[in-house]
Amino acid sequence: MSNEQKTERQLSRTAAHDEEVRLEAAAELGDGNQAPPAVPAGAQSGELQPGLRESQSLMQRIATGNALVAVLAVIMSLILGGLLIAITDERVAEAAGYFFARPGDMLSAAWTAASEAYLALFQGAVFNWEADTFAGMIYPLTQTLTVATPLICAGLGVALAFRAGLFNIGAQGQMIIGATLAAWVGFTWHLPVGLHLLLVIIAGIVGGAFWAGIVGLLKAKTGAHEVILTIMLNYVAINLVLYLLTTPAFQRPGSSNPISPQLDDTALYPLMFGDGFRLHWGFVVAIALTVLVSWLLNRSTIGFELRAVGANPTAARTAGISVTKGYVVVMVIAGALAGLAGVAQVAGTEHVLTAGVAASFGFDAITVALLGRSTPWGTFAAGLLFGAFRAGGVVMQTNTGTSIDIVLVVQSLIVLFIAAPPLVRSVFRLPAPGAVRKGPKARKNATAGGAA
Amino acid sequence: MKLELQGITKRFGSLVANDHIDLVVEPGQVHSLLGENGAGKSTLMNVLYGLYEPSEGRILVDGQPVSFSGPGDAMAAGIGMVHQHFMLVPVFTVAENVALGNEATKATGMLNLSQTRAKIKAISDQYGFDVDPDAIVEDLPVGVQQRVEIIKALVRDAEVLILDEPTAVLTPKETDELLAIMGQLKSDGKSIVFISHKLREVKQVSDLITVIRRGKVVGTADPDSSTTELASLMVGRAVSLTLDKAPAQPGEATFRITDLTVLAPNGQRVVDGISLEIRRGEILAVAGVQGNGQTELTEAVLGLQGHVSGSITLEGHELVGRSVKEIIRAGVGFVPEDRNVEGLVGPFSVAENLILNRYDQEPFAKGLGLKPAVIQQNAREKIAEFDVRTQSAQAAAGTLSGGNQQKVVMARELSRPLKLFIASQPTRGVDVGSIEFLHKRIVAERDGGTPVMIVSTELDEVLELADRIAVLYRGRLMGIVPGNTSRDVVGLMMAGMPAEEALGQEQEFGTEPGSGEL
Repeated sequence: MSNEQKTERQLSRTAAHDEEVRLEAAAELGDGNQAPPAVPAGAQSGELQPGLRESQSLMQRIATGNALVAVLAVIMSLILGGLLIAITDERVAEAAGYFFARPGDMLSAAWTAASEAYLALFQGAVFNWEADTFAGMIYPLTQTLTVATPLICAGLGVALAFRAGLFNIGAQGQMIIGATLAAWVGFTWHLPVGLHLLLVIIAGIVGGAFWAGIVGLLKAKTGAHEVILTIMLNYVAINLVLYLLTTPAFQRPGSSNPISPQLDDTALYPLMFGDGFRLHWGFVVAIALTVLVSWLLNRSTIGFELRAVGANPTAARTAGISVTKGYVVVMVIAGALAGLAGVAQVAGTEHVLTAGVAASFGFDAITVALLGRSTPWGTFAAGLLFGAFRAGGVVMQTNTGTSIDIVLVVQSLIVLFIAAPPLVRSVFRLPAPGAVRKGPKARKNATAGGAA
Repeated sequence: MKLELQGITKRFGSLVANDHIDLVVEPGQVHSLLGENGAGKSTLMNVLYGLYEPSEGRILVDGQPVSFSGPGDAMAAGIGMVHQHFMLVPVFTVAENVALGNEATKATGMLNLSQTRAKIKAISDQYGFDVDPDAIVEDLPVGVQQRVEIIKALVRDAEVLILDEPTAVLTPKETDELLAIMGQLKSDGKSIVFISHKLREVKQVSDLITVIRRGKVVGTADPDSSTTELASLMVGRAVSLTLDKAPAQPGEATFRITDLTVLAPNGQRVVDGISLEIRRGEILAVAGVQGNGQTELTEAVLGLQGHVSGSITLEGHELVGRSVKEIIRAGVGFVPEDRNVEGLVGPFSVAENLILNRYDQEPFAKGLGLKPAVIQQNAREKIAEFDVRTQSAQAAAGTLSGGNQQKVVMARELSRPLKLFIASQPTRGVDVGSIEFLHKRIVAERDGGTPVMIVSTELDEVLELADRIAVLYRGRLMGIVPGNTSRDVVGLMMAGMPAEEALGQEQEFGTEPGSGEL
């Protein structure tokens, strides 16, 4: 049999398998919706069949995947991260030198390395049982919440755009512009308590919304792809803030470094638990935003439009929904959310504007939204998890010497596993969505029947 | 070659798609498999073609049990299949497509296409296929592409040909040609398994008819059986195939299209200077082979097309240039031709789909907030009224069967006061039982005094519903004829003959008056 024949067979198999999945997904035997395409040639080469097909892109299926897969992806990543910790540990390497003489040594060294690192991570992120005071014990948790705040805000922005079918890579840039505008209001204007913070927040919203609105407008008017636009605008934002920090309007007087003056105290989020903790009211804002976005998506006409545009733009258009307007609206809201993440940074934790004010929060937000399956509360939970990784990673590095980079590896692995649901499913032997695998029994029967 | 299927069962999880099906195909016989969409015909043929493994049962060729692990085995055993959606590479030539998977090579490893060309020539001449081996497949009409598929099977010495819904994509003329080809193949000793749900064609070519319902063989029938008999076997209950339709009581013409031209993005005139009007209480059916401008015509009315010139007026108000939302608000109900692509948002619930174009209006919304309770209540009412079979109003519309999806779309569009109702392919891929229901609702809307435009590529449907028939060919109107015009005349017009000429020709040759029996 030639290779081509094999390939053809494989293709047919794939097509047949998709057909099976479709059949299984169909609840009853009354299905029939194969519209003949205008040029039907080659139509069945492994595409998703109607019913599952919709007009969902791969990206969207990844972004709104299964909750169980998300949880398992985290677990698998932690296990692999543990292996990596063990492999890179010096004592383990030493014990490996005489592995064949005493294999137990290496295994126990590996276990110690990984478990100690993760314990330190937990200690640094949630609860420090070694502390003397209650405040000391819960300090790690407040750290986690502090770090989670910008992640949640920006993550909500990315998630919202996902739901409208847009892949918003630009949270980083939107955050930077929001932070820049907010910081400028914060250190240039001197206003009374309350009003000043309010204006700082509004400035952050306007900055982020403007930056993302450019993307929405360009996509709506010219059809330019939002991924390219947002990536490029990230560079523009980063370099713009670097430039601004060399201008008198932004640079701290008397300093030659690219750093702004301190924001006024009136421009800052108040601390929630006093000076001992860094946690600020921005976290409460993040909770409120989650509630708001949840209502917006599920209970408002705007959310209905956005979800319709995301799930099937053609049907949305046919129903009279303006798809182009939807793109602009969703990007403006997404940008506003990212801008609020920027506000959380300058008015919450950093109190100054630097080029690194957004750290990598804008990019992590994409992961957070993915892990949260683009639902508001899923994003909130994922934001907390990533906040814990970041907060705990620092403690892990100082206590056990395990590099904080391991946290990055674990985060990246999570994305990798979420992007490949079949991999997670096969590891944990989960059934495909809606499908029941062909059992070995049925197979046996078939062969027996054939031979009889 | 004699082909036997014995007790074939195919399960998908708990779902039994084929339940102990027995089938015998004698040499030189056309054996039709008749059944509704989703009855399990295609699954059975995929088992036969080696794409699925049967859960139980066996296949015998000339009395010998065989086991196919893939289409390669089935082909080697002399079984060829023409799929509903062709398996051709559009940019390849006919010869390249035929050779694909079965390439003859020269000593140097180069393709030896001349050999394939010669074979194609031989087969083409033998059956009068008129296929040029060097034509690029995507340039060929659909009917010819289908012949290429048949040639592919014949080149591989197929003795049994499976044709899966072959007429779904053909014009009436192409259908007749295909049926003739099938006759020729039969007289050559080939067996044909013909899968269809079109009773007229099945009756015309079959030697034996096996009816499948819900995965089971429910009976065999003689081609002489009446269509009513076959239909009730297929559906499992008596169906009235002729629509009880009172004569139209047309009122004033409230919908007018004047000199409408629509340009495709490449500048081609896809709708070319069409003028027509529809009166209140009248159904105008737009007939034509798929892709002759019907889609663009209906989309232009709804404001979905970009380059539109001319005028479309509804009760005196111009629609051209207004947004889709405004046109929907003006009272235009629209059932798009592909419900999965344009009609429904698959992941949305049935309840949400039922308000897809009224989500921001009272009573479903107040200000920016949706009112879930009202939306639910509306869904419950519509589901009951239109007999939508769904697990709940919260089920995703994408999980419903084709017929039920169509009922959702229809329910949405018909549940508000309309000044114009347009339905494209209202019953495509819908089971016979639902067709009856949907047709009745369309006629009811007409009787309520709404001008109705139906676009259908199914001639049977056009003849059944229409009070007047407008035929489109390459974007131009071939004429508007009365609803009781014969099938042949409409067929000629669909192939590009103006109405007067077609009517004249019929009188000249005295072809039998067409009966709109289905």
